[in-house]
Amino acid sequence: MKNEFVKNALGKSVPTEINGQAAIPYMGVNKYEAKGNVYAPKIKCAANYPKDGNKILPTLKSALLKAGLSNGMVISTHHHLRDGDLVANEIFKIASDLGIKDLVWFPSASFPCHEAIIEYLDNGTISRIEGSMNGALGRYCSEGKMKTTAVLRSHGGRYQAIQDGEVKIDIAVIAAPTSDPFGNANGLYGPSACGGLGYALGDYQYAENVIIVTDNIIPFPCFPMQVVGNFVDSVVVVDKIGIPEKIVSGTTNITKSPDRLLLAQMTAQFCDEAGIIKDGFSFQAGAGGTSLAIGVYFHKLLKEKKMKARFAVGGSTKYMVQMLEEGYLEYILDAQTFDLEAVRSMRDNKNHFDISIFNCYNYHSKGNYTTMMDVLILGATEIDTKFNGNVVTHSDGYLLHGIGGWQNCAFSKCTIIPIPLFRDRIPVIKDDVTTICGPGELVDVIVTERGIAINPLREDLIDKMKKSKLPIKPIEQLKEEGEKICGKPAKANLSDEVVAVVKWVDGTVIDTVKKVL
Amino acid sequence: MNKIGTSGNTGKGVRSDCFISIELSSKPIGFVIELKSKVKVLYGDSIIALIKDMLNYYKIENANVSVEDSGALPYVIMARLESSIKQVLDSEKEFLPDFLDQNRYSTDRDRFRFSRLYLPGNSPNLMINAGLHKPDGIILDLEDSVAPSKKAEARFLVRNALRNVDFYGCERMVRINQIPQGLEDIKYVVPHNVNLILVPKCESVDQIVELEKEIEKVKKQSGVKNNVWLMPIIESALGVINAYQIAKSSKNIVALAIGLEDYTADLGTKRTEEASESFFARTQIVNACRAADIQPIDSVFSDVGDMDALRESVLNSKSLGFDGMGCIHPRQISVIQESFAPDKSDIDKAKKIVLAFNEAKAKGLGVVSIGSKMIDPPVVKRALRAIEIAIKLDLLSENWIKEEIV
Repeated sequence: MKNEFVKNALGKSVPTEINGQAAIPYMGVNKYEAKGNVYAPKIKCAANYPKDGNKILPTLKSALLKAGLSNGMVISTHHHLRDGDLVANEIFKIASDLGIKDLVWFPSASFPCHEAIIEYLDNGTISRIEGSMNGALGRYCSEGKMKTTAVLRSHGGRYQAIQDGEVKIDIAVIAAPTSDPFGNANGLYGPSACGGLGYALGDYQYAENVIIVTDNIIPFPCFPMQVVGNFVDSVVVVDKIGIPEKIVSGTTNITKSPDRLLLAQMTAQFCDEAGIIKDGFSFQAGAGGTSLAIGVYFHKLLKEKKMKARFAVGGSTKYMVQMLEEGYLEYILDAQTFDLEAVRSMRDNKNHFDISIFNCYNYHSKGNYTTMMDVLILGATEIDTKFNGNVVTHSDGYLLHGIGGWQNCAFSKCTIIPIPLFRDRIPVIKDDVTTICGPGELVDVIVTERGIAINPLREDLIDKMKKSKLPIKPIEQLKEEGEKICGKPAKANLSDEVVAVVKWVDGTVIDTVKKVL
Repeated sequence: MNKIGTSGNTGKGVRSDCFISIELSSKPIGFVIELKSKVKVLYGDSIIALIKDMLNYYKIENANVSVEDSGALPYVIMARLESSIKQVLDSEKEFLPDFLDQNRYSTDRDRFRFSRLYLPGNSPNLMINAGLHKPDGIILDLEDSVAPSKKAEARFLVRNALRNVDFYGCERMVRINQIPQGLEDIKYVVPHNVNLILVPKCESVDQIVELEKEIEKVKKQSGVKNNVWLMPIIESALGVINAYQIAKSSKNIVALAIGLEDYTADLGTKRTEEASESFFARTQIVNACRAADIQPIDSVFSDVGDMDALRESVLNSKSLGFDGMGCIHPRQISVIQESFAPDKSDIDKAKKIVLAFNEAKAKGLGVVSIGSKMIDPPVVKRALRAIEIAIKLDLLSENWIKEEIV
């Protein structure tokens, strides 16, 4: 089929059709309004399920066969087991052994442990990935080896795509650290405990078939019901769903890198001087080294000022828990739990709640939490002088990361990206980013060790920082400083062939990823 | 087989550096350049162009060059290649990176030297951001942090860093090797606006005389006008005994530092937390320096993980009379700066004294007094200094006098 390209609102050339499905070009922030109804799976009938509530099947293979596993199906998994996940690879091994072809893997994120998937992409079991592609999978995709076009979405965009029927999940396989035979499940208990299961909500609500895979089966009822058993078709009990030390780290530690600590300290000082750190404020900072350190500086500032933050959205770690337990933070709203202390806190603290992606990030709903956040800390591989951000490709064109919640989070009241001006000679601020994942109008502040750039649209922030001793500089100047040290980089060597598309939070196409030559 | 010149570092964990080897050839092979680089897509062409430029500069016509690059900045690549070339070719010619305009400053004899950050002279990844952590000085170290086999290549790297790395106003210091080996280091640093040279294991006036002669020679040859200050490091019993003579031996000496690891070894004892074994040496250094009107500077604190112990150590050092301390990790800088800084009650007292001093000056009075109490000139001097430090460390507004009156 001939594929047409049109220019979207950012001037990027994007296809009007992706894998045979019509696609809408990105129109701008809050410009595209979707019409119609949300998707719904078929009506089910209790008569077709065991009266005793016992949905246990002997093996994952039998459950997949019962779900009607066949060519071309969309199989979804969640990433709460992170790099310790043993379930996703197993699904495709079974499919491969059965000679099934052209599946679509729809994970909420992928990790280095999923490199094994390449074998099933190579042998035709999987035709493409819609989700995130890290490391080896990204490299594979960048080199044009995936049979059909990969689709990259944010966490919120993934929920939106499920809910809007853009992606119809045939089988959702949900690895659950604890479950009962009816399929009520949670991530709080068991040898593979991971905290919440908030990324799997859309999967079990909208998939035609839902399989729970657990290594900790308990009698009905399993509480809390992070997964509601009424949506579940079958339950499979295995020896092990994950490798505990790779699911959550025993303990998360903040960075010891003086350069990153400097970035964190500058960011916290910026927030303080801009009046963001105040009684009742809210924030989100991820689990990366710099972000964690920023949280620790926030904690210190609140202590000095004798103030409290009202809520923080997790990625939770022991540092956030400390803040909660010392009384400087009132609520943790947690979509993923990064260390054992945070898992413990989610079990024990009544102010530490598990939430889903629907709550915090989904754009096609009656509001979400992102626009309520006072400050949100993000990362990036590249930023351009228009403040557009790239989080998926590197400057050499290779796709190496997923979008995560980046696009969703950019909607906060103040989105700050602390990044080094260059990494091993690679400048981070460029004339144009390799791939636009989010438009510059949503990115408010870039903090680098050599200066802080405030988006010219944020006159209020510029005004507040007029008297600051922090090195506030135009973004163009930062770009030049970086290039003066590193030299002006050549452009990546890319073909015209599109290997992946990047969707915006509303399902429109914001950019494409090209094959690397 | 032809001689092969090599320089630099490669392997796991090496960043912002490169390893270069060169072999000259008598056959007409031209330049055969093999480049492995993390940044090949972005900088491969410019790295190869730089290498060709340098080979031409040294009039090399046929050579095999191999580069394993982990994101080295151009000044690093230049240093590595020059060092490699000079192992296979006799040449006095230097291939110098640009001298940044902002690196041409000189420093005052009595500027603050609370913290000085040691940077291993052969580790480029630690250099580029060092100045951002705002120590009073950075030390590019050619001595103990550089392995004997790497001494020669480190000189090129340190020279290029002095020219091309912005240290953002820090005092630019180099620790040379022990005299006499250290004399060889001088021509790599003095022409490139080094502000201060640390002289390790100094124990006699003769060493300073010999060093100054070499510095003067190189200054004349290269037309350097800026002062090159000296900070001898006393690291032996003999050095401690000769401290005052050393302190007085040159007008360019601005401070004496003490190096306790070597000193305690020389005494035949061990460094302890209470530091009673070095009490004599430290007070001797402080007295020698005060008598010679220069700054006494304490040793380094080696546990980079323990900030509380560091703080205690700095306060102890300050109470003995020291004016500064060495840092081996950027994390130590702020603790050292804060601890040497005056506290709130010091600042309040100093403010009163300075205001009284200004008032006396305005009235043309020779005597400063607060109420009925007379203030001696040294007390005024100390107060002025405390205010200066407080302003510098952001503990006091530059316009405090105006604000005070309002």
